[in-house]
Amino acid sequence: MADGVKPRVKVPKSASAGEAITLKTLISHPMESGQRKDGDGNVIPRSIINRFTCEFNGESVIDVTMEPAISTNPYFEFEATVPEAGEFKFTWYDDDGSVYEETKAIAIG
Amino acid sequence: MEFTRRETLAVGGAAALVAMLPKGAYAATTEEWIAEFTGGADMADAGIDLTAPEIAENGNTVPIEVSAEGASEILVLATGNPTPGVATFKFGPLAASQYASTRIRLAGTQEVVAIAKLADGSFAKASKTVKVTIGGCGG
Repeated sequence: MADGVKPRVKVPKSASAGEAITLKTLISHPMESGQRKDGDGNVIPRSIINRFTCEFNGESVIDVTMEPAISTNPYFEFEATVPEAGEFKFTWYDDDGSVYEETKAIAIG
Repeated sequence: MEFTRRETLAVGGAAALVAMLPKGAYAATTEEWIAEFTGGADMADAGIDLTAPEIAENGNTVPIEVSAEGASEILVLATGNPTPGVATFKFGPLAASQYASTRIRLAGTQEVVAIAKLADGSFAKASKTVKVTIGGCGG
């Protein structure tokens, strides 16, 4: 597991039913592309997050397959419909098998 | 064991060839990516928007936005990178719009391509040239 991986997401605390809201996510991760070389000319092996998903109450909002061309500290912004009160679940899948999760509840009102 | 000049060249050449092979096997070209995504179908010019800066000072983090109404998937490619793949966005039933924004790496000045798979199964393509002052692939 890469060090200091910290997911951050921005979700409004409440929304009206059926409203479209904007979600912003950021996770601190070096996203080593596998193209760089260290001081001795050895290739630094690839170590990236290769998939990001967002679900609301178990239903998919977005599923992103990521390649090494995604920047360090991958950032995503997208829009979701909120049909009812519930919980957003954000999941990041690392190359090394680690899974980082974050959940945010949203109320209707 | 001693090598003649000719043998040395032959061994060196073979080693170089072997060293190059894995790279060739991994580095799928932009055309191959597109063919795999679309299955060789034609791509319309309308129906997808790709927003990217005209000039990016730092190729390490170039903000881009893609949106395509009714799309189920959007593929983003950087044609001038060592590996052209950037990301594939799959939109689920709760996506309010088929829009996503992220930050990507670009190795140098090049064309960024986005292809959307639309609701009716057709494909739309948009591309944009981004000038990069400092490349983002290390080296």
